[in-house]
Amino acid sequence: MTAAVVTTAAGSTASLVQSVDWLAIAPPVIAATTALGVLVADLFVSERRKPYLGYASVAGLVAALAFLLPLRAGDRSTFCVPAPGDACSYTADHFALVIQALVLGGALLTALLSLDDTRKLPAGEYWFLLLSSAAGAALLPAARDLATLVVALEVASLPAFALVGIKRGDRRSSEAALKFFLSSVVATAVMLLGVGFVYATTGTLHLTEIAARLDDVPGQFDTLAKTGVVLTLVGFAFKTAAAPFHFWVPETYVGAPLPIAAYLSVVGKAVGFSGLVLVTVIAFPAYADVWGPAVAVLAALTMTIGNVAALRQSATRARSAVRLLAWSSVAQAGYLLVPIAAAAYAGDERIGSTVAYALMYAVVNLGAFAVAALVARTHPGNRISDYRGLYAARPLTALAMGFFLLCLAGLPPGIIGLFAKVTVFSAAVDAGLGWLAVVMAVNVVIALYYYLQWTAALFRSPEPTEGATEAPAAARPRVPAPLTTAIVLTAAAGIVLSGAPQLVLRFAAVNLF
Amino acid sequence: MIDISESVMQFLLAFIVVAPLIGAAAALLPAPPGLRGKNPEQAVLRHGVTVTGLVLLAAVVLAIGFDHDQPSTMQASTDISWIPALDVRIHLGVDGISLPLLVLTALLTFLCALHSYFKLPAGPSPKAFVALVLVLESGTLATFAVLDLLLFFLAFEMVLIPMYFLIARWGGERKQAAAWKFILYTLLGSVIMLLGLLLIGLESGTFDMVALATDNGRGLTSSVQVIAVLAIGIGLAVKTPMWPLHSWLPDAHTAAPTVGSVLLAGVLLKMGTYGFVRILLPVTPEGMHTFAPYLAAFAVVGIIYGSLACLALVRPGAKGDLKRLIAYSSVGHMGFVLLGIATMTPTGVNGALFANIAHGLITGLLFFLVGAVKDRYGTADLDTLAGATGAALYGRAPRLGALLAFAAVASLGLPGLAGFWGEMLTLFGAFDPAAGLSRPAFLTFMAIGALGTLLTAAYMLLVVRRVCMGDPTDHQREPRVADIQSHEFAAWTPLAALTVIAGLWPAVLLGLTDPAVQKLLAGGKS
Repeated sequence: MTAAVVTTAAGSTASLVQSVDWLAIAPPVIAATTALGVLVADLFVSERRKPYLGYASVAGLVAALAFLLPLRAGDRSTFCVPAPGDACSYTADHFALVIQALVLGGALLTALLSLDDTRKLPAGEYWFLLLSSAAGAALLPAARDLATLVVALEVASLPAFALVGIKRGDRRSSEAALKFFLSSVVATAVMLLGVGFVYATTGTLHLTEIAARLDDVPGQFDTLAKTGVVLTLVGFAFKTAAAPFHFWVPETYVGAPLPIAAYLSVVGKAVGFSGLVLVTVIAFPAYADVWGPAVAVLAALTMTIGNVAALRQSATRARSAVRLLAWSSVAQAGYLLVPIAAAAYAGDERIGSTVAYALMYAVVNLGAFAVAALVARTHPGNRISDYRGLYAARPLTALAMGFFLLCLAGLPPGIIGLFAKVTVFSAAVDAGLGWLAVVMAVNVVIALYYYLQWTAALFRSPEPTEGATEAPAAARPRVPAPLTTAIVLTAAAGIVLSGAPQLVLRFAAVNLF
Repeated sequence: MIDISESVMQFLLAFIVVAPLIGAAAALLPAPPGLRGKNPEQAVLRHGVTVTGLVLLAAVVLAIGFDHDQPSTMQASTDISWIPALDVRIHLGVDGISLPLLVLTALLTFLCALHSYFKLPAGPSPKAFVALVLVLESGTLATFAVLDLLLFFLAFEMVLIPMYFLIARWGGERKQAAAWKFILYTLLGSVIMLLGLLLIGLESGTFDMVALATDNGRGLTSSVQVIAVLAIGIGLAVKTPMWPLHSWLPDAHTAAPTVGSVLLAGVLLKMGTYGFVRILLPVTPEGMHTFAPYLAAFAVVGIIYGSLACLALVRPGAKGDLKRLIAYSSVGHMGFVLLGIATMTPTGVNGALFANIAHGLITGLLFFLVGAVKDRYGTADLDTLAGATGAALYGRAPRLGALLAFAAVASLGLPGLAGFWGEMLTLFGAFDPAAGLSRPAFLTFMAIGALGTLLTAAYMLLVVRRVCMGDPTDHQREPRVADIQSHEFAAWTPLAALTVIAGLWPAVLLGLTDPAVQKLLAGGKS
């Protein structure tokens, strides 16, 4: 990691060779080594055996996830500067571990979706890019200095641009990638400027140190520090796809291969909001009066714009299913921001609500994308109207999809979705952000309209013209096992969580740092 | 009455809430061999009757085992931690307020299942129909059985999706629009209610209704109480429905299938009023005190509005739909319930709870009857039904006509039938409202409410006049109208019988509710 260089230099008073806690950094390191391994192996593997690269990647991600288990005490950190302040660049605390589990799990499910979907894509590059992006995403929540944070963010994003544009010869794919790339680079530049300002005023990159020094910024630097804070946040707001930095989302999701859209909607978002949490809560608590209201307004805007746009999607337009999921993910990002805004008023524990909500969202949104991938196999147009009569053709898949959508809407039987929303609401109410809670309440109602419309379509009788021409048994192609696994995994997780919401909601009640 | 051990009672209550859910899941599975019956459709409908029958049986046993000497204490209570992070506990229990509502719900759902067993609802597969009705039953029963604010919200939300699909899939004309209106309206109300519930829970540190009721609002500042009552009140008022938030109701009732209308009017509306009594009165008395006059004012406007709307619908040439008319009459009747609650006196609240049950029985019966009329004639349009002189049900289907007249008369509040006591007690409560509430204002409300009973009598009698009376010879060229069938008889007799019993012997109900109400209003001190 690049940060290691920075910190070893600083820590050279004790010894020239810094001791590294390899176990603590194992999850991102395993993902990164697997990525390199796959890329190299791609050169030597014959075309016929290319699918094994996918299985190797899945195995790597499972191993990375497994290495989170020995860390579960959440007390390890490494790349530390001994004095002053004892700041570390990499901390595997509970927040980092939960988000790492989320992003690695999300990458794993994406991999399962891709195993069969990406046969026409260059296998070696695809898996390398996916795994490197996952490694960056796993590094980010543990990063505790601005340099590591920016590097992790870029490691997570740069492969994503390529992944979006990986469909060779597809004009929409390349356009989506270009749009994503250009706007993302601008955001990164703005953020780097902000980081520069913050460094200029505080003279340190470590988040905890920044927090301490921002408390007494000399008067003439105050504006500079404030600008730095705001500009840094803009970069992360972009990754979270918060309004008004959301415009790239629908085109990018629609142009990207379906699994990558799923990946961006879950892992990409997790990267954005965990970075946002780290800088706001750990580095900039002194400026809570600046970013608190800003994030609150951002949250209200994001959820409203996302929901209203999702409401306007016509069901028969090409790729309306992905488009709707894209807009709905923008709206969900708005809910994710609410507890961060609440943290400005009511303390760090509120962040747990964001984490709990993100876990719920990751499971059910990936599930919805998995079903979308399944439906896209027979209906490449990927319209919402294609889902009509899914219950008649595949009852279990339709029930799972209905469950995912109702979880996203937050209504029983999606109990976990309901309680995840309740924690977010309670964070807002507890922080005295009554207006934000009311805006969110209205948004929940708007969102129900399009989620329920989709759910209702699943259970309608199929369109008569189709039923007459094709025999139902023959029209049902075999579903690849990895795709089924992904749907079963997410549905099972959603149902278990609905019975025992405490499994994720416990993060909402404790201080994760 | 009979001594049943506490653990059996706990099991019964949990069974009542959970069994319909398991039944709903089972309904979606293929029937096991031996239970397949004549055809799969019949088998699944019979499954519905079995499950709701078992739940009704459990509810009756629960009512028998209930210690009638202490209706104010929570009985059969279970208290298990479920989500410690949110402080949500699975806290179940019944007292004199919730027991009658539980039995009413179990009874009405059973009768609905019985009704649909013989009269298959027109629409897609009965499998889904039975599953949805069972989920709906579980949600309503849970609303009356839970004692945790967040669980109450969960149960409150649980009925939305099943009811939406019941209306949208098995409904009549304009069903899509009606179903959307129903769910979006109610969801907006209940999400705002959630904000109020969270405010109470976070400010007082507990979501437990029993603890909060015992606290009687002492842990909450008056500004918190006012905001909480406003937020929760809006959610409950949409559900009840209170004028002017009622506009979803006539559409939903008109479009819903018979079973849907019966459950909507008979059970779902009660969830709103129950929330007022169970949550707002004991937990936030000060806030309730602030809003009581407004609530009462809206309630009497609702009474008058509902009656006038019905009078307009019943006029010849108005093309009034009979189902719509009964829906509007519900707005009026629920107005009485709200007026009783707004008086904040034991008399008024007892009256409200009585009117609640009476409305469930009578309106449930009315919707069954109107559904039967609609099935026979193919329309519920009064003008088409009545023709020039009247539909002449007395002459053409005497038993059906007589039962309809009976239900209409019960609905207008004839002494000796269930409808009377609730209205009388609420008006009586308004005559002498709780200390601190403006007496002249409530006297005015009482007078307006009394006028409402007159208007109710007027339109109900007009309905009887136009539907039951008339010259049977006018209709000789039309096909014969079947009189009450045996299965209809089975489904409707219990409702009619209970209407008479509750009218002649109100002490059965009041003896249950009164001690519990006294305790709630006194803040758990008695």
